[in-house]
Amino acid sequence: MTNERELTMAKAIAEAIDQEMERDERVFVMGEDVGIYGGIFGATQGLYEKYGAERVMDTPISETAFIGAATGAAAEGMRPIVELMFVDFFGVCMDQIYNHLAKNTYMSGGHARYPVVLTTAIGGGYNDAAQHSQCLYGLFAHVPGLKIVVPSTAYDAKGLMISAIRDDNPVMYFFHKGLMGLGWMKYHPRSVTPTPEAPYTIPFGKADVKRAGRDVTIVSLAMMVHRSLDAAEELAKEGIEAEVIDLRTLVPLDRETVVNSVKKTHRLLVVDEDYHSFGMTGEIAAIVAEEALDYLDAPIRRLAVPDTPIPYSRPLEQFVLPGAERIAETVRTMMG
Amino acid sequence: MNLTKEQLLAMYRQMWTIRHFEDDMAAAYMEGKTPAFDIGSGPVPGEMHLAAGQEPVAVGACMHLRKEDTVVGTHRPHHFAIAKGIALNKLTAEIFGKATGLGKGKGGHMHLFDVEHKFSCSGIIGASFPPACGAALAAKKMGKDWVAVAFAGEGAANQGAFHEALNLAALWKLPVIFIIEDNAWAISVSKRQSTAIPDNSQRAAGYGIPGVRVDENDVLAVYEVVGEAVQRARRGEGPSLIEVKTDRFYGHFQGDPELYRPKDEVPTLRANDPILRFGKQLLEQGIATQADLDAARDAAKADVNAAFAFARQSPYPAPESALEDVFVS
Repeated sequence: MTNERELTMAKAIAEAIDQEMERDERVFVMGEDVGIYGGIFGATQGLYEKYGAERVMDTPISETAFIGAATGAAAEGMRPIVELMFVDFFGVCMDQIYNHLAKNTYMSGGHARYPVVLTTAIGGGYNDAAQHSQCLYGLFAHVPGLKIVVPSTAYDAKGLMISAIRDDNPVMYFFHKGLMGLGWMKYHPRSVTPTPEAPYTIPFGKADVKRAGRDVTIVSLAMMVHRSLDAAEELAKEGIEAEVIDLRTLVPLDRETVVNSVKKTHRLLVVDEDYHSFGMTGEIAAIVAEEALDYLDAPIRRLAVPDTPIPYSRPLEQFVLPGAERIAETVRTMMG
Repeated sequence: MNLTKEQLLAMYRQMWTIRHFEDDMAAAYMEGKTPAFDIGSGPVPGEMHLAAGQEPVAVGACMHLRKEDTVVGTHRPHHFAIAKGIALNKLTAEIFGKATGLGKGKGGHMHLFDVEHKFSCSGIIGASFPPACGAALAAKKMGKDWVAVAFAGEGAANQGAFHEALNLAALWKLPVIFIIEDNAWAISVSKRQSTAIPDNSQRAAGYGIPGVRVDENDVLAVYEVVGEAVQRARRGEGPSLIEVKTDRFYGHFQGDPELYRPKDEVPTLRANDPILRFGKQLLEQGIATQADLDAARDAAKADVNAAFAFARQSPYPAPESALEDVFVS
């Protein structure tokens, strides 16, 4: 990389939006506290100062209205970026997302376009309890019609955001709070990466092998990529080489990279911060069972939130969130 | 006003309980968060929304309520919980994430449930209105004269749930009182920037129910207006909407840089402290002596101290207990 400038994920996202707003005057931002505040998690920092209230619009606490309005504005040819402050707040606007934004293109026979980017904060680990700590991307990946982006580093975040804004389809863009590089919340240092200043895109549906290895494939995304990498470093000291795959997008999903990796390593662990049942881990396990079962030397394993809401108290939350130690332990049991 | 000296002093004391609780919580929250602030550190991690300055709404309203009346609060819930009579020990322990807390440490400060005192709250804006309608509906079906109160911030009045709930309550003549705390700010967005009309109580007209604005952060003014609404509800005459002007002394959450807020705003608000004003009023009207006021304030402080000590001394829940309580057995 020629440009070694490092950015936090929040700054990388804001820069991507800034560059696209400069490039395309149809791009505008709506959401709660996206203006002067710069987004509660910094995803729109600096934009209000540069573009003003006409293009960076603070909204009332009326998600059904402003997310629905994003769909309507997109239909007219605008390219709205709209923020749902926490993904956990989806309940107050789900109909506009699930039954309209996601399905309108299909119901129109492909005639109608909705180039909306719906950004939202995900993730726990800082004791914000059951209504402010969920991931829930599995829920949105489940309904057909939404592209699902979940970056884990600043580099990926910028390229994926530019791709999202330029996409003519609805994209949900999930940023993990613990990866944003905020001054007031502990963040994983590996999320801060060299990030080129010039605009660039990262295609959807291309997983990134964040670490190559021969012994076991760990498939993950967002914060759990870093937990898996931490575990892989520990395992390497014991001579176990884990390959860590960052899916980066759930829709479209890069099956090929996952399947090819398992064919090489013969073992699969799927790690997720979303709920265990009916979600990403089950989907990846099913794909591997369908396409590479004969290559497996050990049963597929999954680590995820064990089907409980996210508890508040620290020892309880730490118990339900997969951590590096538990990932490493699980891999060891698979090596036998 | 038909309040006795004892009742007035009880209100005064309760306002101090809330104030001490919030101020002590602000201090406890900062433990383990200096010099570098990390929201997940210290004995009280996570988001923390404090209601210092907003005591009049909770105390003036809940003074009319009985144990069997229901209260649904907000993400900023401590003052409502205290005014509804929740045991301070269990409340504090929950916020410290302890096994002795209201929800055994599972809920945390935005998610307080006390079945005995019929109190709950939510971290989702606008979520209080519909369940309060449900509690009122149940009271009506069971032939009780119980009422339900939904508290919410002025930002919540722009949620669909507010409008749906008002229509439902009016349509079914439910014994419910909707009380909007107008502290002027929805995080960084002012009411003027977010709300098409200056006075949310006018929205009652759209549903054919009484709407009253209390334009001062005054416990007795709240008491009077809510009293009429509660009596009306108990008589079976249906819902009311009340908006109270109140003041948020702290940020939206602890750690909020508040760059959006004029620098002189909070000092101005604090100079008009509703508890000090109430105390002065009691003195001037010869209702209470300075000794009465001091005793009430000291008693409130002692209660809060005891609750914090209880919380700190309580054990954390066993990690594996995280798996329990998804369903009742």
